[in-house]
Amino acid sequence: MTATFVGMPAFPTAAKAALADTQLRRNLAHATGTIRTKRAGVVGEVDDWEELRLAGAAIKDRVLRHLPHYLEQLETSLQAAGATVHWARDADEANQIVVGIAQEHEAREVVKVKSMATQEIGLNEALEAAGIDAWETDLAELIVQLGDDLPSHILVPAIHRNRAEIREIFLREMGTAGRAAPEGLTDEPRQLAAAARAHLREKFLRAKVAVSGANFAVAETGTLTVVESEGNGRMCLTLPEVLVSVVGIEKVLPTFQDLDVMLQLLPRSSTGERMNPYTSTWSGVTPGDGPQEMHVVLLDNGRTNVLADEVGRQALRCIRCSACLNVCPVYERTGGHAYGSVYPGPIGAILTPMLRGVGHDAQTDSLPYASSLCGACFEVCPVRIDIPEVLVHLRSEVVDAHKAAPGLPSVQDMAMKAASWTLSSSARTGAAEKLSGLGGRLLNRFGGHGAPGGAPMLGALPGPASAWADSRDVPIPAPESFRAWWGRTDGGRRDAAPPGHAQGGPTQGGTAQGGTAQGGTAQGGTAQGGTAQGGTTQGGTTQGGTDGRGAGR
Amino acid sequence: MTVGLMVTCINDALFPDTGKAVVTLLRRLGVEVTFPAAQTCCGQPMVNTGYLDEAVPLLRNHLDAFAGCEAIVAPSGSCAGSVRHQHRLVAERSGDPGLVRGVEAAPPVYELTEYLVDVLGVTDVGAYFPHRVTYHPTCHSLRMLGVGDRPLSLLRAVRGIRLEELPGADECCGFGGTFAMKNAETSIAMGNDKARHVRSTGAEVLVAGDNSCLMHVGGLLSRQRSGVRVMHLAEVLAQTEPVVHSVTSAGSAPTREPASPSGAPTAGGSQ
Repeated sequence: MTATFVGMPAFPTAAKAALADTQLRRNLAHATGTIRTKRAGVVGEVDDWEELRLAGAAIKDRVLRHLPHYLEQLETSLQAAGATVHWARDADEANQIVVGIAQEHEAREVVKVKSMATQEIGLNEALEAAGIDAWETDLAELIVQLGDDLPSHILVPAIHRNRAEIREIFLREMGTAGRAAPEGLTDEPRQLAAAARAHLREKFLRAKVAVSGANFAVAETGTLTVVESEGNGRMCLTLPEVLVSVVGIEKVLPTFQDLDVMLQLLPRSSTGERMNPYTSTWSGVTPGDGPQEMHVVLLDNGRTNVLADEVGRQALRCIRCSACLNVCPVYERTGGHAYGSVYPGPIGAILTPMLRGVGHDAQTDSLPYASSLCGACFEVCPVRIDIPEVLVHLRSEVVDAHKAAPGLPSVQDMAMKAASWTLSSSARTGAAEKLSGLGGRLLNRFGGHGAPGGAPMLGALPGPASAWADSRDVPIPAPESFRAWWGRTDGGRRDAAPPGHAQGGPTQGGTAQGGTAQGGTAQGGTAQGGTAQGGTTQGGTTQGGTDGRGAGR
Repeated sequence: MTVGLMVTCINDALFPDTGKAVVTLLRRLGVEVTFPAAQTCCGQPMVNTGYLDEAVPLLRNHLDAFAGCEAIVAPSGSCAGSVRHQHRLVAERSGDPGLVRGVEAAPPVYELTEYLVDVLGVTDVGAYFPHRVTYHPTCHSLRMLGVGDRPLSLLRAVRGIRLEELPGADECCGFGGTFAMKNAETSIAMGNDKARHVRSTGAEVLVAGDNSCLMHVGGLLSRQRSGVRVMHLAEVLAQTEPVVHSVTSAGSAPTREPASPSGAPTAGGSQ
């Protein structure tokens, strides 16, 4: 079970495959739609939600400003509470530490609480390489692990699976990893959960070592917190003799009181619940109660690089709630695997390139572009990460990295340079528009009606334009640009009204329209006078747009 | 008040009728409109693709072009948003403190509906549009600028209009600038869902405040031969009811009062 994101294609290619997966599309649209509605409901009932968001962002920003201070304070508090603190610069160091602890206790297996940090570093694969089984105990993680699959969501890693698929995975795979699924298992959620519970229970009771992450680490008291919904975390955190927690260095909070804000923000944003079902907090070893040996691995793995990025560092505020995934129209359609990272969706599109660094591989460099910049993610983020701002910033980093690299400029580089040259002068812009207008005049005889104002459009086109035109008709350049029209008519004043019409001015709406849009010919006359009905709707309303095109004829 | 029309590059070259409609509309409301002819493009396509250096000369040009204006009005939430939120970034990138000061001193930019509702204080602009319409609130209007229900309040006041609610209105149409090309497959998947929602309303016309988004959804609707056309909000608001000089229609529909915007004086600088 060593599925990995390594070697994934760039986002557009991976997305294309995902978009064709009809079951994935159905599953995701249903799941994200449900959770989105639920979140909106419980967030809407909190009067001071905006203040809470501001407080959450402020707490995290304070931590980031004084990170070394709070980390050292956390280390001291943890040690005082009887925990052993390890520092890991990268994934390899962290994995070695965890594997070393397991080996010290001659453990052949560990039970795991769902943890993004351990997924990020590939801990399960490192343990497996050392001959140690790592059992995921979160229901969705179990589904992913048994299915030899990859997680596709931060909170619900098996969101791409429906219950029929889950039933099949349980029936097929549970027996190979421990207690088999009961015969006659249906896809009823209660039955699926019961099968998982029975399968996991023997692992909880048997394991000597557990591995967790932490949602928060309180510097003042040395308290770690795990927030979960199934009770599997509570089992892992209390039953085994040894507990190892891998914690990203940005997870630290100054005081216990800060949990007050975070534990309001997190459940409403992530599962759409008012209160989280299982919130475990522990401060070191308590003699005779719970694990008697505790290790905390403080993980950097690229986080200090993110911190060094003045625009991008706000991503370290992230509390892994996944609200941005659930609301993202791109994620909803492509799913998480297309992002080629344990961090998918909008937050993944900024976090992954910053953790890995840009300018090295095409897959990572494609991620900041995997967004329409619609801003829905920023709107729901409980700690106010301006994801669109960071996406645009990272796009510039990608472009800068490519410009600095040896070799010829890309087609895109040249196109942008040419566009910049043309558009930095109104004379050059006007000349380009004249040329496109000429083309437009020729093309105008083809096409249907679809563009703004009901203008004609072109159908399929060859070459690079096919990216647009394969599915979308193409607007035809206006025969006369606005700029040219303004110049020719003095902003519509020179041929404003149809001849012979009393320039009554403000009252004659139809006139103004006729005049501006079409340079006053027979058309204006129709709108004006005679024909009572047809003329009313046509001339006065729809025509203006369509006929404006003919003005330059 | 004299305002500079920032027509936007896409409207200039592809959809000039939208610019003409803004002129018609603002003049009807008594606003003196100028078109600073030196204008080109706000630079958003470069910025959003990551080409900040390439956006710098466009920013310089924009600042020079609009230097004399009291205010700028743009029939695009996206371009207004770019001026408001991205120009500073571009200026800082240039390393030229003069350019940063230029951005700070630049006249305020309003998206059209902001200008109508907030500055002129009108929602009834005297428009007449007897068609079944649905409205898509484009993302940058909605979330970057926060225009809220200004466009809808303007549309609701249009005579003859039949306004249909668009399901999933807040969701992005999938245009996203160069996203539409770089991630064409995803863009089209999003756009098709938007088009499906539009068609489900039974509307004849899809209206929005950004022609770039309309070009995308309209391209899909046109390809589908859907019988739905797209139209910029400004073009709807510019339409007025023609005055029928009644000769034979004594007993038929009463002749309307000539449309004049209520809520604001018809002429003479309402602010």
